[in-house]
Amino acid sequence: MWLVPKQIETLWTLFTAPVVWAAHFLVCYIGAAIYCAKPELVGLSFTAVRAGIAAATVIALSLIALSAWLAWRQWGFGTDDPPHDDPTRRDRTLFQGFATLLLSGLSFIAVIFTAMPALFVTECIR
Amino acid sequence: MSGAVKERSPEEYKAQEERLRAVWANPAGWRYWTSVNNYQIGLWYGSAAFAFMLFAGVLALMMRLQLAVPDNDFLSADFFNQAFTLHGTAMMFLFAVPIFEAVAIFLLPPMLGAREMPFPRLGAFSFWSFLLGGIFVCGSIFFNAAPSAGWFMYPPLATDKEFSGIGADIWLLGLSFIEVASIAAAVELIVGIMKCRAPGMRINLMPLFAWYLLIVAGMILFAFPPLIAGDLLFEMERMFDWPFFDAARGGDPLLWQHLFWIFGHPEVYIIFLPAIALMAMIVPTFSQRPIVGYSWIVLAAVGTGFLSFGLWVHHMFATGLPQISLAFFSAASEAVAIPTGVQIFVFIATMLAGRVIFSTPMLFGAGGLAIFVIGGLTGVMVALAPFDWQAHDTYFIVAHLHYVLIGGMLFPVVAGLYYYYPLIDAKKLSDRLGRLAFWLMFGGFNIAFFPMHLSGLRGMPRRVFTYPAEIGWDWLNLISTAGAFIFAAGVLVVGFDVLRPKHRQPRGEFNPWNAGTLEWISEPEENWGVRSIPIVRSRYPLWDQRDLARKVNEGRYYLPDAEEGWREGLVTTVLDAEPIQVLRVGGTSHVTIVSALSLGAAFIALTFHWWIATALAAIICFCAVIYWLWTGTGEIPEKPEKDAGLGLSLPLYASGPDSVGWWAMFITMAGDGTAFASLVFGYFFYWTIHADFTAGIAGPDAVWSLLAASLFAAAWGLMLAARTFNRRGATATMRGLLVLSLLTTVAASVTGLAAPLSPGMDPTRHVYPAIVWILVIWVLAHAALGTVMQAYCLARSLAGRLTPKHDLDLSNVVLYWHFLLIAAVITFAIIGLFPAAM
Repeated sequence: MWLVPKQIETLWTLFTAPVVWAAHFLVCYIGAAIYCAKPELVGLSFTAVRAGIAAATVIALSLIALSAWLAWRQWGFGTDDPPHDDPTRRDRTLFQGFATLLLSGLSFIAVIFTAMPALFVTECIR
Repeated sequence: MSGAVKERSPEEYKAQEERLRAVWANPAGWRYWTSVNNYQIGLWYGSAAFAFMLFAGVLALMMRLQLAVPDNDFLSADFFNQAFTLHGTAMMFLFAVPIFEAVAIFLLPPMLGAREMPFPRLGAFSFWSFLLGGIFVCGSIFFNAAPSAGWFMYPPLATDKEFSGIGADIWLLGLSFIEVASIAAAVELIVGIMKCRAPGMRINLMPLFAWYLLIVAGMILFAFPPLIAGDLLFEMERMFDWPFFDAARGGDPLLWQHLFWIFGHPEVYIIFLPAIALMAMIVPTFSQRPIVGYSWIVLAAVGTGFLSFGLWVHHMFATGLPQISLAFFSAASEAVAIPTGVQIFVFIATMLAGRVIFSTPMLFGAGGLAIFVIGGLTGVMVALAPFDWQAHDTYFIVAHLHYVLIGGMLFPVVAGLYYYYPLIDAKKLSDRLGRLAFWLMFGGFNIAFFPMHLSGLRGMPRRVFTYPAEIGWDWLNLISTAGAFIFAAGVLVVGFDVLRPKHRQPRGEFNPWNAGTLEWISEPEENWGVRSIPIVRSRYPLWDQRDLARKVNEGRYYLPDAEEGWREGLVTTVLDAEPIQVLRVGGTSHVTIVSALSLGAAFIALTFHWWIATALAAIICFCAVIYWLWTGTGEIPEKPEKDAGLGLSLPLYASGPDSVGWWAMFITMAGDGTAFASLVFGYFFYWTIHADFTAGIAGPDAVWSLLAASLFAAAWGLMLAARTFNRRGATATMRGLLVLSLLTTVAASVTGLAAPLSPGMDPTRHVYPAIVWILVIWVLAHAALGTVMQAYCLARSLAGRLTPKHDLDLSNVVLYWHFLLIAAVITFAIIGLFPAAM
């Protein structure tokens, strides 16, 4: 499977899903703010903004799902239960996988939270 | 790497111990204050923060007296304004944030099984900066010159010199100075936690306190720089009339609100997470079992750290932003309740799974959590924009924020004080006084602050200095005042308990609470942190590794000696904590005090526009820092490796990403880059609010701009080449390239200056030239610093302190140049090309 990245040894993978959340949040906020400040710039309707948010949300959720799957793999597909507190490289890896999986879950929910206003707000009212 | 482990005679052990003690000893007499040891710095830092807290508390009591009855004239309106501004400012900047830098500096090294933080002198510098800045800001009230525009200093009130005198400058410059101290502490904490843990302490075994502090230090790095950028804009407006927040000349007060709250909301979690971190240490001890859900706590800490950056606009719900923007922030504000709740459930689960001992620390912890939960629930209420429009700027908010901060921060801190006091003095604080203090504080707090919800819902606005009798706020305020004094009595009991003489009390046992984590090995009488650096195999080594404490104290682990007379610790890998280097850290020194005080003097002189004094102080500071770097960093060791004990031989020098210095530079520049990004945000913010943000003013010349960017890129390329040639041993070529790069940088700076200068942009005329100028000045100031670094490397090379094998200085400077290049290219591309593209 060349599509699936190899397992890498770094602390930074822990932050993948929250970074995706942050990027999605900024895209939604900045996009809507610019549209509401300068609607003539792009010449589209607010529906287009909502569609854009929907697209960004689908991309963000897919990325988080991928990060969750990678984390699940790092966690050994759940073969071992926490607390993962043995002084071994294996338990350290399992801990990383589990914590990353939990963060992916939280980020998934938070992205949905961020996207929900686009369901209800239909114009740039202040 | 390994050899035979030698058995040593008792005399040899004794000699080792004496050498180690001598190396780590504090100087005697007045030179005691030049100590940089983490115990002293932590203790001073914490004591100073508590003193500022008591000062700010007295201001609060004065305000409560004033508000006790309607139409009171105990305080004048102006003094009341100064009092509440200074109360909020001091509690936030001089108590809540620094107390955790203090606790972290004090606790982290022993908790991680390290001897010291990686940059002890930086910690000392941070403390002295904080102390001077704090005294300056607080002292202003005795001269009737304190800031008076509220702790978030909103323009246009705070930019108007008629309504806010020198107090606003004192706030801006005094606090900018303290923010520098916080960022210095953050650098120290991140590097310390990632690189200086005891061997074997893999990240799945790290104490939760360290996890929290790692996240918090990262948050400081991204939260404080936007405020520093905001302070810069603000002070340019006050000092030189650049109209960043003046609507008449294209500015906008809302930009300040954005920058302030991008800092201000994460700040709440920067305060709250370390307090919860203390709870994560206390709860397992008094449940006598490991924490339930370690990974869940990590989830909560990281999750809260991120989400807290998506909340800032909920302080601006009433400013007329588009509803969709408000809704995004409302959603994130609700989402942050999830990780916050997880932590509380983890504590409850741990208590249920163990046998709980109800001690004084647990009492304060549990009481604090109960208060915090109430504050959290009102937080969920005000996170809803329609409710917030009703409650905005009323006493409901005052009640909410005090429930969150006192429950989520002050009570856990007092819990931590009762828990960790034996590490300071080898004696416990009084259980009876502790319980008395708790009930006074818990009762007094609720009596003081619960009625504020009601006075807020009855429409009482915050920050009024008095109110008429007939609107139904009087008895609520009277109750609040009574409660505030009961609460203060509780705080006094804690203060008395800490300060009362305890010499008749016998010395307590080691580890009096039977805790499981490493910090309880350290002895208050010794300065070395740990007698020898242990190998850790558990999350609770004192519970699971039965002979660990004995073997540590017998010096049977790493670095039990100081043969060469250096203060030494181990550097380990990030994930698995495998030892990779013996790190020699700086010892006792005056240079930290001189640099902190001269930097402070520069800021203070600037407040009063004493230009010559400012320049003099800045020059002294510059010389002190150069002296500090030259004599105390990047030292070439007398031998490449040393025996660290247990048959392990480790290098004494590292350069590039393997070294702690490189990480410190990287982290500092990440913060610096955030401040730059905030200025760029400002540029585009002005673009969004105006139909034509240039207001018809001719912008920077595109050719000059692009030329400047190219010259900066060339200077950067020369630096890369210099590093490469140095590593190949071509020292002369490296020196030539350094000189060439320096000259190119000067040319780039002159060209960059020409970009806004050639069309004659006047920064006082309109915000567009002002924001262009500030971006250019930012890059040029960094370029000037870059040339100093180039000259420094050249001098180090000529002095034989920078060699092909020992190139720490050069590789750190090249790292700086990566960031400088990014800032220069972005700046000149934006100012030169963006107006034409729009």
